[in-house]
Amino acid sequence: MNPEIGHYALVLALAVAILQTVLPIWGARTNDAALMRVGPSLALAFCGFVALSFAVLVVAYVTSDFSVLNVVENSHSLKPLLYRITGTWGNHEGSMLLWALVLAIFGATVALFGGNLPARLKANVLGVQGSIGVAFIAFLLLTSNPFTRVIPAPAEGNDLNPVLQDIGLAIHPPLLYLGYVGFSVTFAFAVAALIDGRIDAAWARWVRPWALGAWAFLTLGIAMGSYWAYYELGWGGWWFWDPVENASLMPWLAGTALIHSAVVMEKRDALKVWTVLLAILAFSLSLLGTFLVRSGVLTSVHAFATDPTRGVFILGILVFFIGGSLTLFAARAGNLRQGGIFAPISREGALVLNNLLLTAAAAAVFVGTLYPLALEATTGAKITVGPPYFNLTVGALMLPVVFAMPFGPLLAWKRGDLPGAAQRLMLAFLIGLAAAGAAAYAESGGPALAPIGIGLGAFVILGAIIDIAERSGLGRVPAATAFARFRGLPRAALGAALAHAGIGICLLGIVAETSWNSETIVGAKVGDSFAVGRYELTLARLEPRTGPNYRELAGVFDIRRGGASVGTIESSKRLFTARNMPTTEAGIRTFGLSQLYVSLGDELPGGGLAIRAYWKPLVTLIWIGAVIMALGGALSLSDRRLRVGAPKPARKAVAAARPVAAE
Amino acid sequence: MKKRATLFLAVLVALIAASPLRAVQPDEVLPDPAQEARARALSRELRCMVCQNQSIDDSDAPLAKDLRLLVRERIKAGDDDRAVLDFLVTRYGEFVLLRPSWHGANVILWTAPFLILIGGGLAIWLRARWRESAAATVPALSAEERRKFDELMSKSDDSITNV
Repeated sequence: MNPEIGHYALVLALAVAILQTVLPIWGARTNDAALMRVGPSLALAFCGFVALSFAVLVVAYVTSDFSVLNVVENSHSLKPLLYRITGTWGNHEGSMLLWALVLAIFGATVALFGGNLPARLKANVLGVQGSIGVAFIAFLLLTSNPFTRVIPAPAEGNDLNPVLQDIGLAIHPPLLYLGYVGFSVTFAFAVAALIDGRIDAAWARWVRPWALGAWAFLTLGIAMGSYWAYYELGWGGWWFWDPVENASLMPWLAGTALIHSAVVMEKRDALKVWTVLLAILAFSLSLLGTFLVRSGVLTSVHAFATDPTRGVFILGILVFFIGGSLTLFAARAGNLRQGGIFAPISREGALVLNNLLLTAAAAAVFVGTLYPLALEATTGAKITVGPPYFNLTVGALMLPVVFAMPFGPLLAWKRGDLPGAAQRLMLAFLIGLAAAGAAAYAESGGPALAPIGIGLGAFVILGAIIDIAERSGLGRVPAATAFARFRGLPRAALGAALAHAGIGICLLGIVAETSWNSETIVGAKVGDSFAVGRYELTLARLEPRTGPNYRELAGVFDIRRGGASVGTIESSKRLFTARNMPTTEAGIRTFGLSQLYVSLGDELPGGGLAIRAYWKPLVTLIWIGAVIMALGGALSLSDRRLRVGAPKPARKAVAAARPVAAE
Repeated sequence: MKKRATLFLAVLVALIAASPLRAVQPDEVLPDPAQEARARALSRELRCMVCQNQSIDDSDAPLAKDLRLLVRERIKAGDDDRAVLDFLVTRYGEFVLLRPSWHGANVILWTAPFLILIGGGLAIWLRARWRESAAATVPALSAEERRKFDELMSKSDDSITNV
C-alpha cells in the first residue's frame, strides 16, 4: 500500500479528533442531543483512520518498503517476518502510532459499549478522549511522521536494534500501552464529571471496569517487560529501577490506589474528591512516563529518542493535560458533596490507609526519578539515585501495605472489628510464622529480613484464602451450603482475593530470588565442570551457527544433580551483522518454580570462555504472581455488576437471591 | 559537526550497553571470599558512569572494570567500606554513588516520601475530626420530636407490611 495513504489517514484522523473534541462537549453544554450523539460516530471514525494508518505502516515493514525512512532506519529484508511486524513499533514514530491506535481503540470501545452511560457524561468523555487524540496525532504529524519518504530508496535497511528482535517486543509494548492509555478513559471520565460538576456513586461504577482493565493490562505489561529484561539482558536481573521502569510503576501504583478508592466511592459514596484526583493522577503519570521515555530526557537502556523538539512538544501536551485537569479539579472539587461517614477502623479506613501508602510509594518513585534531573537543572550538580534508594523507600512504604492487606477485606463497612479480624487471621499468621521459621532454618545464609518476607508472603496468601472461606461461611455452616455460597460469591470478591494472593506469591519470589540466589563466575573450556547451587554444569560443546540475520556461538551444558543427568541447557551470544551489535541469549531451564540461568561472555586470554551461571530459587513466582494479580483483575471485571453495557439481571435472577450479599 | 559527535556518542553508548556478559570476570575475583563479598556489595552501590543506569557490578564497560579493580585494590590495602566509597567520591564525585548521600538538598529526596505519608495522614485525621465535630453540632432531638419520630417510624413499619 502507498505510504501516503497512511499519512493522509493520519491527517483525516486529526480532523476527526478535532470535531470529536468540540462537537459532543458543545452539545453537552447547550443540551443539544443531536450534537451529543455524534460523539460515538466520530470516535469510531477516528479509530478507523488511525487503524488504517497503522496498517499501512505495518505493510511497509512487512514488504520492506525502503522508500520509507522509518523502515530503512529500523528494518532489514532478512529479518524474520515476526520481527518485521513487531519492528513497526520498535522505534519512536511507530511506537507513538501504536500509542495513538490504542487510544483510538479505547475511544471506540467507549462509543460502542457505553450505551448505559447518561448522554451528557458520554458526550463529555468522548470529547476529552478526542482532545487527547488531537494532541498525539498532531505530535505524530508535526514531529514524528512515520511515513517520511527517502529518495533514492536504499537497497537495504539498517536493521532493528538486536535487543528488540525478540518475541518480547510483540507483547510488551502493546500490553503496556493498553495499561497506560487505558487510564486515559478514567481520566476522561474524571474530567467529564468535573466539566459537568456532578458526580455520584454511579460514576464510580462506570469508571471501575476501565480502571480495572487498564490496571490488569499494566500489571501484565510490567511483568512481561521484567521477564524480557531478565532473559534478554543477560545478567539475570529482573528489575533495575530504570527510569523507564519507574515510569510504568508510577501509574501502576496510582492505578492500584484508584481501583481501591473507586470501591469506596461506589459502595459508600465517600472519597469522591480523592477518587477523581487519583483518576487524573494515574493518567498524568502515564503521560509523564511517555514524556520521560519519548523525549530522551533520561538516557536509559530503553530510551531511543533524542530529538529535543519532540521533548518540548510532549512537555507541552503534559502541561496542557495535567495542568488543565488539575486546574479544573481545583475549581470544581469543592462543589462535590461528600457522603458516607465511617470510623477509622472499617473497610473504608483500611482502603484509605492503602491509598495513603500507595500514593506515598508512587511519590517516592516520582521524587527518586525526577530529583536528579531537577538538581542538575537548578544547581548543575550531578548525582545518581539508584536501586538502594528505591529499595529502601518503596520497600518501607509497601511492607505495611502488604501486611495490612489481609485485614482490609475482613473488616466491615462503616465500623469494623479489628480484634475479630485479627482472630480470624490467627491461623494465617501462625502458618506465616512457621514458614518464616522454616525459611530461617533451611537457608541460614542471606539477609535477616528474608525469613520475615517469606512469612509475610505466606500470611498474605492464606489471608486471601481465609477471606473467601469466611465469606462462604466455611466451618460455620455445612460444607454443602458453604460450597453453594462460594459459588454464589460475586466475582469481584473472588477477583480481589485472587489478586491479593498474587501479591503474596510475587513477594515470595522476590524475597527468595534476592536473598538466596547463588552465582558462579568461571572461565571454562569445553569439558570443564563447575557447580551452581546444587547443580553441576559441564560445558559439553561450543557450536558456531548462522541465523537469518546474525551469527552466534552457542554453548551447550550438561546439567547434573547428585551425579545424575537432569538435562542440558543452551546459552549463546549473537552478533547481528547489519549493526555489528552483539546480544546474549541466556540459557534458562526451569526446575519446578526455580531456574538455572547461564550466560556466555568473552573469550578469556588464557583460553576458554567467561561464564556466569545462577541458581535462582522460586524466581518464576515473581511473574506467576503478577499474572495471578492480572487474572484477579479480569475475574473482577467479569462481575456482572461491572460489565460494561451488561443488561440488568432478569427479575428471576434477583429472586433466586445470592445467599450472601457481596460486601 | 556537533550532530555527528552526538551520533557517535549514541552509537558508542548503545554498543557499551548491549555488549554481552556484564560484569565481574573470573580473573578479577579476590582469593579471600570475605573480601570478595565486600567488593561485590560495594560494586552494587557504585555507578558505572559511562553506562545508562547500571552499577559497576552489572556493567561490562572498561571503566566499570577499572573501578571494580580499584575497589578490590583498596579493600586489599585494608580500607573499610566507608573509606573505599569516600576515596571514589573524592575522585569521581557524588555521581558515582547509587545511594545518594544525606547531605544538603538530598535530605529532601530522602524524606519527601515520608513527609507525604505523614502530611497525608495528618490531613486525613484533621478532616475526619472536622467532619465529626460538624456532625456533633447537629442538635439532638427534643423529647417532643423524639415522640413524633417514634410514632412516624412505627406507622411506616405498618405501611410497609401492608404493601
